[in-house]
Amino acid sequence: MTFLDIFHYDFLLRALGAGSLIAALCAVLGVFLVLRRLSLIGDGLAHVTFGSVALALFLRFPSVYAAVAAIPAVLMAALGILRLAERARIYGDAAIGIVSSLGVATGIMLASMAGGFNVDLFSYLFGNILSISPFELGQTAVLFVIVCLTVVFFYHDLFAIAFDEELARTSGIRVDRINAVLVLLTALTVVLAMKVVGIMLISALLILPAVTSLQIARGFRTAILLAVVLGVLSVVSGIVISFLANLPAGATIILVNFTLFLISFGVRKLRK
Amino acid sequence: MPVGVVTVQGLSRAYQGVDALLDVSFAVEKGRYVGIVGPNGSGKSTLIRCLLGLARPDRGRVDLFGTPLGSFDQWQRVGYLPQGLQHFNPHFPATVAEVVGLGLLAGRRFPRSIRREDAGAVDRALELMGIGGIRNRLIGELSGGLRQRVLLARAMVNEPELLVLDEPTTALDPETRESFYRTIQDLNRERETTVILVTHDSGTIGRYASSLLYLDKRLVFYGGFDDFCGSPEMSDFFGSHSQHLICHRHQDGAPR
Repeated sequence: MTFLDIFHYDFLLRALGAGSLIAALCAVLGVFLVLRRLSLIGDGLAHVTFGSVALALFLRFPSVYAAVAAIPAVLMAALGILRLAERARIYGDAAIGIVSSLGVATGIMLASMAGGFNVDLFSYLFGNILSISPFELGQTAVLFVIVCLTVVFFYHDLFAIAFDEELARTSGIRVDRINAVLVLLTALTVVLAMKVVGIMLISALLILPAVTSLQIARGFRTAILLAVVLGVLSVVSGIVISFLANLPAGATIILVNFTLFLISFGVRKLRK
Repeated sequence: MPVGVVTVQGLSRAYQGVDALLDVSFAVEKGRYVGIVGPNGSGKSTLIRCLLGLARPDRGRVDLFGTPLGSFDQWQRVGYLPQGLQHFNPHFPATVAEVVGLGLLAGRRFPRSIRREDAGAVDRALELMGIGGIRNRLIGELSGGLRQRVLLARAMVNEPELLVLDEPTTALDPETRESFYRTIQDLNRERETTVILVTHDSGTIGRYASSLLYLDKRLVFYGGFDDFCGSPEMSDFFGSHSQHLICHRHQDGAPR
């Protein structure tokens, strides 16, 4: 098996395409989430996705549509986290913990009631990027365009709120609405990303490119662009390495990401 | 009759049953420099938060430039400088120019954006604060004093008619503090920028402000220094030492 052989396999090309789109989305949103100290929202929503996918399978949705069927529940959970944090006077991380555990409990309960599911649920738990279908690639491309356009429209509002929420309010920015936009975009992205790295590792795809970029970027726009480059680089190289070395793709992607983080950390220390 | 820059009528606000502000009414005219003083817990910051729409009053109303706060959308006319950023992240990757540019979003309609031609406004604000040389440095690399100047440049980038400052110099050394207040005074005198300043420092108020607003949940005094300094009631209320501190500094050369 050589490097060029990769381009002869359709499933690998689909994996590289979908993986790159999702990595770019995760990187952009990750920068805003990390700076807002909402890094773990991806983890919480991933657990909700587990419960939602279990619900879709329980209701006998075909497995290829399970992710799409999970989207409404994940979007509602995302808004639920925000509402809990705002209205119930609890910290954001506690709100994430509540919704996250509810998602996992729902998933386990439904799996138990159904007498267990087939292997599909495990592909969502640990990811299976090499099995991405043409339908899933198309779905990823459509949602990529939606999320990208929304981020472009709200870029400066998101930037202002990430810098300081109170100052953003005194600029007339409707902070609550923009927060809702951010968590809804994250929810959509998490649903897409679970096929790449799996529910267990999604938060790493959101956090690692962002924190790696934040080590060395000098400027906000630069930080976002650098995070995108690092995210895509790690997904592409992770898929290639996992294919050539017969390793699990999701875990390889995360380890590549972590290696890039260590390098950027070293670069930052050397600069000082 | 000229429209007040800020008009407050019957403003009250309580937190969990404890009064923070009680029936406060006053108006600030264009070009005034109002110093707000009062003991800890007297409602100074609550008042500022209500003025800027950051806190919702339980009763009463606030008008900015003649428009009720609920429908006010000309935020480019208002500059705000807090004591410090709520959750400042020293690793935030934005440059000084990017942070100052964020001030330009005020009053802009969706989709808000900062255009290439806005670079001139950012440069002017930086020059005004005397920090033109640091536009490409990261905000987290700056000292507390420089960071406050950057935030003041951000507040000034739209050349606002009203500048609201909530204890802006708490973290600064005395020398930087003086320089900072002189800059604010110049803005007030040369551009007729209306200034509302909250501070614990009675001496600062006496030296720079043109009006004094004393708050102790209720409005205790609002007016010029001549009225304040000549009032035996105020002397009884504050104690002659506090009154003397404010009035002595004022007579040293503050605007009347």
